[in-house]
Amino acid sequence: MTKHFGTASVRFSNPPSIIGAAAIVGPKEGEGPLASYFDKISADILFNKDTWEQAESELMRQTIELAVQKAGLSAEEINYILAGDLLNQNSGSVYGARSFGRPFFGLFGACSAIGMAMGLGAMIVDGGFADNVVANASSHFCGAEKTFRFPLELGTQRAPTASWTVTGDGAVVLSSNGNGPFVTSATTGAIVDLGQKDVNNMGAAMAPAAAEVIKNHFNDLYLPHDYYDVIATGDLGLYGSKLAEQLLQDSGFDFGERLVDCGALIFDNENQDTHAGGSGCGCSATVFAGYFMKKIRDGEIKKMLLVPTGALHSVVTIQQGETIPGIAHAVAIERKM
Amino acid sequence: MDIFWAFVIGGLICVIGQLLIDLTKLTAARILVFFVVAGCILGGLGIYERLVDFAGAGASVPLPGFGNLLARGVKRAVDERGLIGVITGGFTAMAGGVTVAVVFGYLAALVSSPGMKD
Amino acid sequence: MKITEQQYEEMVKASAPKSTVIINCAKAFLVGGAICAGAQLIYNQLHAMGFSREDTGTLVAAILIVSAILLTALRVYDRLGKFAGAGSIVPITGFANAIAAPAIEHKKEGLVLGIGAKMFLIAGPVIVYGTLTSVIVGLIYYFVR
Repeated sequence: MTKHFGTASVRFSNPPSIIGAAAIVGPKEGEGPLASYFDKISADILFNKDTWEQAESELMRQTIELAVQKAGLSAEEINYILAGDLLNQNSGSVYGARSFGRPFFGLFGACSAIGMAMGLGAMIVDGGFADNVVANASSHFCGAEKTFRFPLELGTQRAPTASWTVTGDGAVVLSSNGNGPFVTSATTGAIVDLGQKDVNNMGAAMAPAAAEVIKNHFNDLYLPHDYYDVIATGDLGLYGSKLAEQLLQDSGFDFGERLVDCGALIFDNENQDTHAGGSGCGCSATVFAGYFMKKIRDGEIKKMLLVPTGALHSVVTIQQGETIPGIAHAVAIERKM
Repeated sequence: MDIFWAFVIGGLICVIGQLLIDLTKLTAARILVFFVVAGCILGGLGIYERLVDFAGAGASVPLPGFGNLLARGVKRAVDERGLIGVITGGFTAMAGGVTVAVVFGYLAALVSSPGMKD
Repeated sequence: MKITEQQYEEMVKASAPKSTVIINCAKAFLVGGAICAGAQLIYNQLHAMGFSREDTGTLVAAILIVSAILLTALRVYDRLGKFAGAGSIVPITGFANAIAAPAIEHKKEGLVLGIGAKMFLIAGPVIVYGTLTSVIVGLIYYFVR
């Protein structure tokens, strides 16, 4: 295993290039601080469809179409689509990818989906099994509420630590040809569960997994702690990200201002009343494909580690009294090889 | 004056519910169940009826009042029909409320669609 | 270093913001109280029109339930709930909202398995445990009256 390092990391010998990226979001994300970085903001939460489920699939279809177009490719040139979402049986991705007629891997990693898709996609390209791969992740606020919480019209209060599922899709096209930015290495997360049970505080359930995969990444690849300009966790939110920072500091990793969280960036809690911040597969996917990709292209960020985080519970396991297993996958993106 | 006490007692019962939500992390469904069961037991003991006499709608409109209604119904049915009343009293007492909720809930579902939260 | 679940639980507790219990309770008190006071007002009016005590009670409940379902269909009740918390959950109007909201949410899954089956998703347990408790109360009452 010449490309495998340490406990859980891979370094690509022919790092795939990100030749196209697109982010489409819903109306609330379009009112947030990152609005100008997204390719398209839909004013219609239903994306001209009849149900939340159809809306998410349409959002996914449009975003992939746009990412492929921005990459200068046609759908036929895509060898694989790797996609994940939050709906049961990955139905958001399945129905969205249906019309492309391209080889499809449906991935389940909850909100860590874009990290999983980019990591696996890069392995496929680096392994020489594909020229072009789409990595995609989507989520829809209303579909997630219906699946995991309550009907939208139920008069409930959200807990202060609860997060707000992002309505959005982020897609990136990874290619064996291109001038970067490059996916240079990846670290796959193990399932980490420190016994958290509160589904209204998922940042706390996922923070240990994020800290674990970041530590493994640096240790496996012998990287200096200041290697990356930015280390962006997925959707730990305002409180979960503090926990991850604390866990990392306790292990001797102090990243200071370099450590940020996509969920804390995408909304303005003061004005948008989103409590802990954004969450969902679409959170890290849109913030990376929209916001960070622009910063990387502009040269503001030269090297970053994207660490999408996921809570792998189901409604049933929580009702049965199980704890919330967390996961996080780290993907390194560098402007130059 | 009865409106004042309805406000105060009704408000206080809701405050108990709010404390349960904020301090125990019970879900709304569990809190509804708790209140109905508590009201039914207090009703069975004849205690809740005294609160209703004092606070009127302030005691009968919150969900413990619904539980009390079931207790009142089952006691009356037992008085009238003996053991048979045990299995008819509760449902009979809630028949009006549940039927209205089902009929109008159904109509609402036919004409309305869920919307985004803000 | 490895931390235990207990140590982590302490960290989580320290990190979480305190929910604003006193403000929440004040809102619940005001809205819950107002719903009950309004109900009492309607009760007094209907009673004065000559309805019996019991019929008035049923009518008031029906009026509250229909109003809450109307507000649910108009997408207003969830906003009230966000403000009032238990103040709009605990009154009978909250029960009505709990019946209408899942029925509306799941209408796309059909008239039978959508609206029909999901209508009692949240309110069903109330009826189950209310009925069970009433049977126990009835049985005890039968033997001790």
